[in-house]
Amino acid sequence: MQGIIKGFQQLLKYPSAVIGLALIAILFIVSILTVIIIPRDEAIRLWRGGEAIWGQNPKTVPPAWTNLFRSKKLPETIVLTMTDESVQSEINERAEGENRIMVYSFNYIADEAPQDVVFSFTSRYATRNPFVSIFWVTPDGREIRLMEQGINYNFSYRATQDTKLSRRLGGLSPEIGLFDNPETEAVDVLKGQYQIVIDYLTFENDSSISKADVIIHGKVYGLFGTDHQRRDLTIGILWGVPIALAFGLVASFGTSIAAIIFAALGVWYGGWVDELIQRITEINLNLPILSILIMIGTFYSKSITTILGATVLLSIFSGAIKSYRAIFMQVKESPYIEAARSYGASSSRIIFNYLIPRVTPLLIPGLVLGVPSFVFLEATLASLNLGDPVLPTWGKIIYEAWGTGGAVYNGFYYWILEPAILLIITGLGFALVGFAMDRIFNPRLRDI
Amino acid sequence: MSVTTPDLEAPSGVPQEQTTSPKRKTSTFARVAKYTLLKFASIFLSVIVAVYLTILIANMGGYVDQIVRGQIREFIGQQLRADQNYQQMDPAQKNEFFLAQVERAEKRYGLDKPFAVRSLTFLWNAIRMDFGTAQLMASDTGSRQVKLIILDRLGPTLLLVGASNLLLFFGSIALALMLSRSYGNFWDKLIIGFSPTSSAPSWFYGLFLILLFAAVLRWLPFGGMIDSPPPRDQLGYILNVGKHLILPTLAIILSNLFISIYNWRTFFLIYSSEDYVEMAKAKGLSDRDIQYRYILRPTLPTIITSFALLVIGLWTGLILTEGVFQWPGLGRTFITAIGLYDTPVIVALTIIYAYLLAITVFVLDFVYALVDPRVKIGS
Repeated sequence: MQGIIKGFQQLLKYPSAVIGLALIAILFIVSILTVIIIPRDEAIRLWRGGEAIWGQNPKTVPPAWTNLFRSKKLPETIVLTMTDESVQSEINERAEGENRIMVYSFNYIADEAPQDVVFSFTSRYATRNPFVSIFWVTPDGREIRLMEQGINYNFSYRATQDTKLSRRLGGLSPEIGLFDNPETEAVDVLKGQYQIVIDYLTFENDSSISKADVIIHGKVYGLFGTDHQRRDLTIGILWGVPIALAFGLVASFGTSIAAIIFAALGVWYGGWVDELIQRITEINLNLPILSILIMIGTFYSKSITTILGATVLLSIFSGAIKSYRAIFMQVKESPYIEAARSYGASSSRIIFNYLIPRVTPLLIPGLVLGVPSFVFLEATLASLNLGDPVLPTWGKIIYEAWGTGGAVYNGFYYWILEPAILLIITGLGFALVGFAMDRIFNPRLRDI
Repeated sequence: MSVTTPDLEAPSGVPQEQTTSPKRKTSTFARVAKYTLLKFASIFLSVIVAVYLTILIANMGGYVDQIVRGQIREFIGQQLRADQNYQQMDPAQKNEFFLAQVERAEKRYGLDKPFAVRSLTFLWNAIRMDFGTAQLMASDTGSRQVKLIILDRLGPTLLLVGASNLLLFFGSIALALMLSRSYGNFWDKLIIGFSPTSSAPSWFYGLFLILLFAAVLRWLPFGGMIDSPPPRDQLGYILNVGKHLILPTLAIILSNLFISIYNWRTFFLIYSSEDYVEMAKAKGLSDRDIQYRYILRPTLPTIITSFALLVIGLWTGLILTEGVFQWPGLGRTFITAIGLYDTPVIVALTIIYAYLLAITVFVLDFVYALVDPRVKIGS
């Protein structure tokens, strides 16, 4: 045990190991905070939520901080609701119903036009539906009519899809045309104070409009951007951390510890036990592990616990068991084992108290080095669409970005790079520590 | 990824030791043949067990049964469609007749027998590569035979695996030898510093390579194996395939290069501190001679063993690598089969991967027998 503590102290002398330990520590802190701030059920609800939860987000946009590196700043999403203080409202009572004029205003400072301009209404009426007119007032005082029509209970108007408006704006797509500076030839944005006038009429005394939102979808969003379903990638990316760590650590610990116990049992009892374990290892080396995991994922269950269990079972009898066996063969002949045997120690006592502790220093580097490969195995399975059905993981994000989202062809690089870079950080953290440990605990490598 | 520690047996492959002893009766050929045959038998046995396990896993949900039942129905349906008498029956009669035929056939195939007996039949079929017919997928020629679907796709996979493995093997040996000569200098430290990068699988490197070389720089194709339409002349065709081969091969090499250099450099360093190497240096032999005859030669068996483990891992990563690069091989077929839920194809591909793995191990074992003097001389 003291050797292990000493080894850890030595570890701090390796700069690469210190970096690795720091990376692992950060990942642990992030995963603990994530699990506390966004509980599992909440994360699943948000991740599986549709337009109702994510409707106000833009589609497939990079993170907001990318603006720091851009010469042309991209707009952030602007959401205006009728209860905002900045909204000026004027109500005229009519014989039946009311007429209300609301003026929304916002300051537009970005260098590029937004992704979309959406108006969303909720109204209440019995038979005669309210009538809404929307006008767009640019900073230089032009007034553009957007829409004039009766609306039903839930109504939304997307300027981007209005082809008539596009024609009136000189063929420009509406979200660009509405922000275009007419003074210049080129398509550029006119910055300044814009106003939106929403004028509605109701025709019944009980009829009213309870929601009139203006959503100007930006081209950047939040810390990690959004995906093709307008979801905030923050949730997927952050929840990927605890899942990756848990999968990697449990799989690596599980396999290493089981392998070392089987190796010790085989060496101690020898005979047919040893033979059996060796034969199983040989057969296991010939098993196409990923294909079998794929089969289990497709035929039974994609749940992360099933896959984790299967992974551990299939990885126990791997090459590692052979090297442990070689070491135990030497240890078995040592005098202290003979001494233990002569005073009548039981087999289980010798295996668990004398044999296994002796090789723990060799076990630790392998255990740490094993973590990245299991983290990547989970990502591989998820990228084959065999990820956990409910939880968000990095592999699932890569799968969606690469497959359904077409991120490479459309240039949404951030969408792939974010989970990929986090996978690299996780892999690198454990690999750096593991390699340094290998040199410390594996005396044969120390000089090289 | 794994860091293999070298096994430190006394290197017995030293040229000086090859004195002919009077005990040596059997020829080298016979020894190599015997070794190879033994290995073949042991690998064959383990493949059979692996295939049987696959059948057990697949059938826990009754999926192999489903394959056979589907096959029977399709076969009988085809037979009856050609039958004049059957055509003249009314629908209810037709159905009854069809079901009776199916039941008889299922009995003939032994589907009423216990699973233990049937699983052996499946095993026999799998060994003969008789995988039945696919539910949805078809081969290039339009056949539904799983065997043909797989044979169509085998070539591209072997091309990719062959190209990348050969380059990886010889590239790593050359680089590792170079580094072991200049131990401790800048390049040595740099490459060793890169070795943790090998924890990422090849498809993962593929993502970055495609982003960089295909999407941003537009130098190389995004994926696939050949342009559409393919070039008419043979040279153009080969060059075009070569162009498509660059990125996937590079991805596979990148994901394994640094770890194998790291491992093999360690072997070379250990062997180059042996007394006989010092002796050779004292005799004034050239560096080249020392490297090839005194360091590389005795290390080769160890290197091949470690390469075998590497290749086993490589087969695993290949499925998604092919998917990422749209390479028309077994891996992409596997992904399509998962998407379509085509059970017979999934089971067959799992078995094929077990075979391919075994063949790789066997080939490397054979090479091992050729380079390890212990096998040739018999110790």
